[in-house]
Parts: sequence; structure tokens; C-alpha cells
Amino acid sequence: MTQISEALEPATPTAPDPDAVGSGGLWHSAWRRLRRNPTAIAGAVIVLAFLLVALFAPLIAPGQPGVPLPDSGVTPSSVPGPSPGHPLGLDSPGTDLLTQLVFGARQSLLIGVVSTALGLAGGAVLGVLAGGVGGWVDTVVMRLVDILLSIPSLLLAVSVAAVLGQRPISVMIAIAAAQVPIFARLLRGSMLAQRGSDYVLAVHSLGVRRRTVVMSHLLPNSLGPVIVQATLTLATAIIEVAALSYLGLGASNPSTAEWGRMLVNAQSRLATDPHLAIWPGACIAVTALGFTLLGEALREALDPKGRK
Amino acid sequence: MLRFVVRRLLLLVPVLAGLVVLLFAWLRALPGDPARALLGQRATPESIAQVNAAYGFDQPLPVQFLTYVGRLLRGDLGSSSASGEPVLDSFLSRFPATIELSVAALLFAVVLGIPLGYAAARRAGGALDTLMVGGSLLGVTIPVFFLAYLLKIVFSQWLPWLPTSGRQDPRIDATHVTGFYVLDGILTREWDASWDAVVHLVLPGIALGTIPLAIIVRITRASVLEVLGEDHVRTARAKGLPRALISRRHVLRNALLPVVTTIGLQTGLLFSGAVLTESVFAFNGIGSYLFQAISQLDYAVLQGFILFIALTYALVNLVVDLLYGVIDPRVRLS
Repeated sequence: MTQISEALEPATPTAPDPDAVGSGGLWHSAWRRLRRNPTAIAGAVIVLAFLLVALFAPLIAPGQPGVPLPDSGVTPSSVPGPSPGHPLGLDSPGTDLLTQLVFGARQSLLIGVVSTALGLAGGAVLGVLAGGVGGWVDTVVMRLVDILLSIPSLLLAVSVAAVLGQRPISVMIAIAAAQVPIFARLLRGSMLAQRGSDYVLAVHSLGVRRRTVVMSHLLPNSLGPVIVQATLTLATAIIEVAALSYLGLGASNPSTAEWGRMLVNAQSRLATDPHLAIWPGACIAVTALGFTLLGEALREALDPKGRK
Repeated sequence: MLRFVVRRLLLLVPVLAGLVVLLFAWLRALPGDPARALLGQRATPESIAQVNAAYGFDQPLPVQFLTYVGRLLRGDLGSSSASGEPVLDSFLSRFPATIELSVAALLFAVVLGIPLGYAAARRAGGALDTLMVGGSLLGVTIPVFFLAYLLKIVFSQWLPWLPTSGRQDPRIDATHVTGFYVLDGILTREWDASWDAVVHLVLPGIALGTIPLAIIVRITRASVLEVLGEDHVRTARAKGLPRALISRRHVLRNALLPVVTTIGLQTGLLFSGAVLTESVFAFNGIGSYLFQAISQLDYAVLQGFILFIALTYALVNLVVDLLYGVIDPRVRLS
């Protein structure tokens, strides 16, 4: 699924922005254009809202996650609807639905962010090796990346998660593993594009060591597309966490509330209580949408075509 | 052309060989004990030794590797540790279902996606365009299985028009020749069976096809927008050519290349989505087989599945590259 975001086309050329010309650096003008882009604002609002919910989960949620209420009143055929103290009612194990949703935000964002960070770190190491060192190292690394890319990312994640067992950390590693080749390829391509440019030649001719050139010139200037990809990857990571849960490979501790697991629990009650699936499903979709909007807007803001 | 195909097929060899080595190393690096996984926690040391001998787990690693590779070269993917069935046989008997589902999803995505993307680009900035851009963003971010759930809820409860599980009504006593149920019905002239199989494909096809649909709409839109701004289109307009002709010959033809690439990429990705879709709709393809294999930690099946999918994926991309040359004569295959 990670490839989805990669497959999306680069932003369509936008109208020239008078403010962008001649003002500050790349990041400065990108920030200016981000602030004026309704897509960016919508994405940022969604992401921020879920971040706040995740941060202050214990203050917002009416109850404790993963604790079935003793007198829940859950029967094989129905779950209790909304009542005072339980604004969304209870779910099928008999826990407060709103509490589970709120704490689920924590879990989804945490796993999403950590796995993307891991994927980015792994991809950066490989990308810098390939693009910075070059030669046979480049060949070996890129062949490895090709092999990893020949497996659909969800299946790669599935095989890693199946092997590592059901712990939150293995879910994170599994999702990260699927992202590594994408980041590696992106960073390498971006660094190779920089390598021929005049300023790099200039630095080289000043006699600066290759390591310094790579680490303090090539790498920082190649980060734009990587940051865009990381934002978009967060969206797919959140969906993949749920997908792994759905496949029975999620974090297995039942006391942690997690949207994917809530969906799985809701499956047997789809016919009678569809809202049990709709709430967590909507949370996943909206969070993913938030990151996607933000990523798309970032891509547009950093796109050289839109800047000129 | 032939040389191109042969060269591409030869290039596949190192990639697949790398994958085989990687998978082997990966599985051996595990902390787990395959015999124990097979026999359960209460296995006696004798029975474990027996299984180890039977599966060759007691051999030195290089020997195991060579045996494994030797089997692979003869087309033997090993046997499922849960059912004992040969993995390859299970794949081949279930693959038609997944292909049918993938074709249905792609048809849905392409037939709807290209005209919608085209229409959005023609009236860029208009209401339809905004709707398409927004809708396609939502389409990419909605989890496949959540969409599958939603479709199931709507069509089993509120609008009970379409079947929400299985490949065919079990009451239909259909003859199966190829394993492709739609095709089987046509071959045996059992039109009812064929139609029933088609109807069973609608909901899973929509669930699986929505992400590709959203992506195809976006790519088509962007690609058409770019071509519309090119000089040759302006020239064609200035010549006074009919609009329909310009659209067909000058715009669509040139705009389709990136769309075809995307369709190819999506075909590979469909297998991931199929795993989820098939299990929601109890659709008996390789996806639901993998779902079982995961719950039973069936390594032979997992390993075989990944090799199988990687090979299919690579072949699909080869076909896509060949199609390039057909659509755009400027692309020379070399």
C-alpha cells in the first residue's frame, strides 16, 4: 500500500505565485505557500486534531481503555446504545466505544510515526550508501532494493510480522520494512540529481572531503521529496496498522485500544450494529486523509515547477 | 521486440534468485522451531526428531538450501504444514478466483476512471473537477477492508440486491472446466451460472477497484491537463478539426501512456488488496488462502506466496512495458 502514494502523480502545475519569487530560501517560500493553501490547512487541522486527542486521551476519554464494564449488557445479538456517560454506547467486548476510539488514536499515531521513522532511517542509510558512495556499493544496494520492491508492501509487512510475532514493535518493524526500499530509492535518485549540480562541483573543487560533501551538502538538499513521502507514508502506515490487525497480526495485547482491532471485533456484528465498524473505520480513513492532504500540499509547495 | 522480452526475462532471474536467498535466510534466522510449530507444544523429542528428519531440518544449512533450491527449480514450492497439500497446487486451484476478482476490479477502475478523469480535466476547476479531486483523495485513503465492510452493510441490510459472499450461489450446480466461473458458464452454455458468478463479483470488485479507480482518475486528469496545454493540440484546434477527433486522436492517445503505467503498477498492488477483500467477502482465492496461512503460521505457504506474487508482478510489468510500444510508437523497446 505504500506504493500507492508513490504512484500518485506530481502535483499539477499551479499558477505562478508572485510572493515566492526572490523571497528567502526554498523552505521559506514553501512555508508561505503552505499557509495559503486550503488543502494544507485542512490536512493540518485534521492531523492536529487527532494529535491533540492522542496526547490528551486520558483527559478526553470518559473511561479506561480495554476494560469491559461489569454490567455492560452486551448480548450475542446487540450492544447497548448511547447512554449518559457513554455517548457512543459500548462495543462488543463491553468497553466504552468513545474511550476505545480516543485511545485508539494514540496507538495508531504512535505506530504510524515510529514505523515511518524507522523506515525513513533504514531507507536513508541505504540511500546515502547508494547515492553517496556509488560504484559497486550502489549496485549491490539498489539490487537489494529492487528485490524488496518486487514484493507488494502489505505482503512484505505480513511476512515480517508473521515471523516476528505479535508485539507492537514487530508491527512497527514490519511496516517500516515495507517503506525502506521506497525511501532508499527516493533519496538515492534525489542525491544523484544533486551530484551533477554546480554547487557540488564547486565544493568538490575546494577540496572538501567526499564524506562531508555527502553528509552536509548532498543529503540536506535531497530531503524535500523524502519529507513529502514521509508525510504520505504516515497515511498508508496508519491504514497498514489496521490491515495487519485485521489479518490477525496486530499488537496482541487486548487492553490496548486499536482501531484495526475494533474493526475486527465489529465484523461479526456488521449486520446488527454497523456503527461499531463505521466509527473506527471513519477514524482510520479521516486520519489517513489528513496526512495525505498535508503531504500533497507539501509536494505542491516544494515542487520547483510551482515555485518559478 | 523478441530480444527485449528475452532480455527482460533473463533480468528476472537474478531478482528472483535474490528473493529466494533472502527468504531462505530470513526463515532460517527465525528463533522458532519449525517442527515444534508443526507438532505443537506437547510434542515428544522423538516425534520432533522424526519430523526434522522427514523435512530435512537436521541437515546442515547449505544442504538444506541446495535441496530447497533443487525443489524450486522443479517447480515444487513445498507443502503446507497445516494441510499437507502441495503449495503450488493450492495456488493454481485458487488463482483463477483472484484473477477474476482482479479483472473485475480493474475493469471497474479503468472503465469508470479514464472517462471521469478526462471529464474532470476538460472542465478543470469546475464543480465536477473539484468533486473528482476530492473524491479520489478519499478513495485512496479509505482502507480496503473498511470499504468492503461498508458495501456489505449497505447491500446485506438496506438494499439486499447483490450477494455479499462467495463466488457463486451454492444452489447452482455449475460444471467447472477452467476454474474461472464466469468463463466456465460460457463454455458450458450454463448462462445462469455465468451471470451468477458475475453478480458475485460486483461488490468485491468495487471494494478492490476503488483505490485503483481513485488513482486512475487522478493520473488521467493530470495527464490530460498537460496534453491539453501542448502546442500540437492548439494547432489541431486552429486547423478547425472537430472536437471529438481532437479528443480522441490528439489528446487521449497522448495522455494514455502514464495511465497505462499506473494500471500496470496497480495490477501488482491488487494482490495486497485481494487478501483483505477476499476474506471479507468469503471469496475463495489466493488471498483468503494467505489469510489462513498467516493464522496457522504456515511458512511454506507464506514463502511460496511471496515468490509467486513477485513473479506475477514482474510479468505484469513486462506486459506493461510491451504495451508502451503499442500505444506510443516513439517508445522504442531496447
